[in-house]
Amino acid sequence: MSTIKYTADHEWVQIEVDGTATVGITVHAQDALGDVVFVDLPEVGKSFAEKEVAGVVESVKAAADVYMPVDGEITAVNEALRDDPALANSDPLKAGWFFKVKLSKPAQLDALMDSTAYDELVKNS
Amino acid sequence: MSADLLKTPLHALHVELGAKMVPFGGYDMPVQYPSGVMAEHKHTRAAAGLFDVSHMGQVLLIGAGADAALETLVPVDIVDLGVFKQRYALFTDENGGVLDDLMVCRRPDDLFVVVNAGCKVQDIAHMQAKIGSQCEVRPLHDQALLALQGPQAVIALSRLNPAVAALTFMTGGFFELDGIPTFLTRSGYTGEDGYEISVAGERAVELARKLLAQPEVKPIGLGARDSLRLEAGLCLYGHDIDTTTTPVEASLTWAIQKVRREGGARHGGYPGAAVIDQQLAEMAAKTAKKKRVGLVSSERMPVREGAKLVDEAGVELGVVTSGTLGPTVGKPVALGYLPASLSTVGTQVYAIVRDKRTPMTVASTPFTPNGYFRG
Repeated sequence: MSTIKYTADHEWVQIEVDGTATVGITVHAQDALGDVVFVDLPEVGKSFAEKEVAGVVESVKAAADVYMPVDGEITAVNEALRDDPALANSDPLKAGWFFKVKLSKPAQLDALMDSTAYDELVKNS
Repeated sequence: MSADLLKTPLHALHVELGAKMVPFGGYDMPVQYPSGVMAEHKHTRAAAGLFDVSHMGQVLLIGAGADAALETLVPVDIVDLGVFKQRYALFTDENGGVLDDLMVCRRPDDLFVVVNAGCKVQDIAHMQAKIGSQCEVRPLHDQALLALQGPQAVIALSRLNPAVAALTFMTGGFFELDGIPTFLTRSGYTGEDGYEISVAGERAVELARKLLAQPEVKPIGLGARDSLRLEAGLCLYGHDIDTTTTPVEASLTWAIQKVRREGGARHGGYPGAAVIDQQLAEMAAKTAKKKRVGLVSSERMPVREGAKLVDEAGVELGVVTSGTLGPTVGKPVALGYLPASLSTVGTQVYAIVRDKRTPMTVASTPFTPNGYFRG
C-alpha cells in the first residue's frame, strides 16, 4: 500500500510502508517545461535537507531545479531516465521517476499536499 | 494575460490552435503549440513551418535619398542594392556597438525595413531623428508578417502562386497569394529555405489559414524559432549582440561590404566607424579581446546563456550568450564570446554550469547545413 503526495514545486512523492519514497515531477510540471532533453540526478548515498536542490531537469526552452521534498538520503536514481530524459514527458508518474529517498523525518510528509489539494493548486496557477 | 500586452492580428488563431502564449517583445505570443518545441523544430527542418512574426517592426523609407540616408546609420552598402534585393544590416552607435539588426529590401519606390520587436520603438525614433529630414520614415503598424520556413515551403507557397518559386535567397517581390496581395522575400531566421510574407493585418488570418491548409505546413512557436536560429548560427539581438558588442566582435564582418571599409568609395560615415575600422585591422591580426564563436559539447548537458567560459586552469575567457540542446544536431550548441586568439575551430574550452565545468569545442556555424535557395 503506498500513498502519493505532492509539493508546491510540482513534484510527486510516492511513500512506501518501509519508510522510503520515490520522487518525480508531475504531469503539470513536464507539460510546463516541454520536451525534456536532460536530467541531472543526485549521487546515491548523499543526504539533502527539505527544499535543497537535488537535481535538474532541462527542456529545449529552460532549466529547472528538482528539490528534495523532505529530509533524507538518496538510495537510488533512475538511470533509465538519464539515458532517455523524454520518459519524464511520456510517463512522468511511473517510468519517469527521478530518485528514491530514505526518509529521515517522516513527519515532514504531513505537510505535503494530497491529490485534491494539488489539483486545486494547478487549477489556480 | 497582462492587459497591457499587445496582440498580433493572428492572436485569436494561435489560441484556437491550442498555443501556449507568453509575453515577448511587448506582445502576447505563441511559444509553442500542442506538438511541442522539439516536434515543431524537426517539422520545420523536414517540411514547412508557419511562424507569426507580426510583432517585428516593418518600416518604409521613402524618397530618392533614402538609401544614402540609411547608409549614415549602418556600415552596410545600401546605395548599390539592386531592386528587389535584400540585405542584412546593423544600426551602430558612436562606440560601434549594435543598436539593432535589421533586414533591408529595395523596392521600386522605397526601402522595406524589418527590425526587432523589442527595439522597434527606439529604431523608428532613431531613424526619424537622424534621417527623417532626408526621407520619409513610415512605420507599417497595420501590416502583419508571416514566415513560412522549411525545405517544403516553396512547394506549399507555390500552390498559392507558382511565381514565388523563381525567387532566390535574399530577393523579394509583390505577389498575390490566392488573391491576397503581399510583399514577400525569400529569407528567414531558421537556416532553411523559406519566405517572409508582409500582408495587411486584416487579411493575415485568411492567409495563415490558406497556408495551414497545405499538407506540408504546421504552426510553429517562438520556442522552436529560437532553437532553429541558434542551430543556424544566427544572432539574437539582446543576447548575442547588443550595444556592448560591435559587428566585428560579433563575427558579422561579412555584413560590412568593401565599399564601406577603409579604401572603399563610401568608406565610414556611420556611427562608430573609427572603432569598427580599427577592429577590422585587429581582427586580421587575431589580437581582438573578444570574438563571437560557435561552441558544441560532446556531453548531454545544455549550456545556456550566461555560462562562463574558462580555460584548463579555470581562468575566465568569455561567456555563452545563447545555448540549448540542438534538436537537429542532437548535442548542446551555443554561441558565445572568446578572445580572437582562441576562436579557431577545434579549440577546447570549458563552460561552467551549476559550478561544474563541462568541455566545449569551438565549432564553425551554422551547426546544421543551410538550406537557402540560391538558384
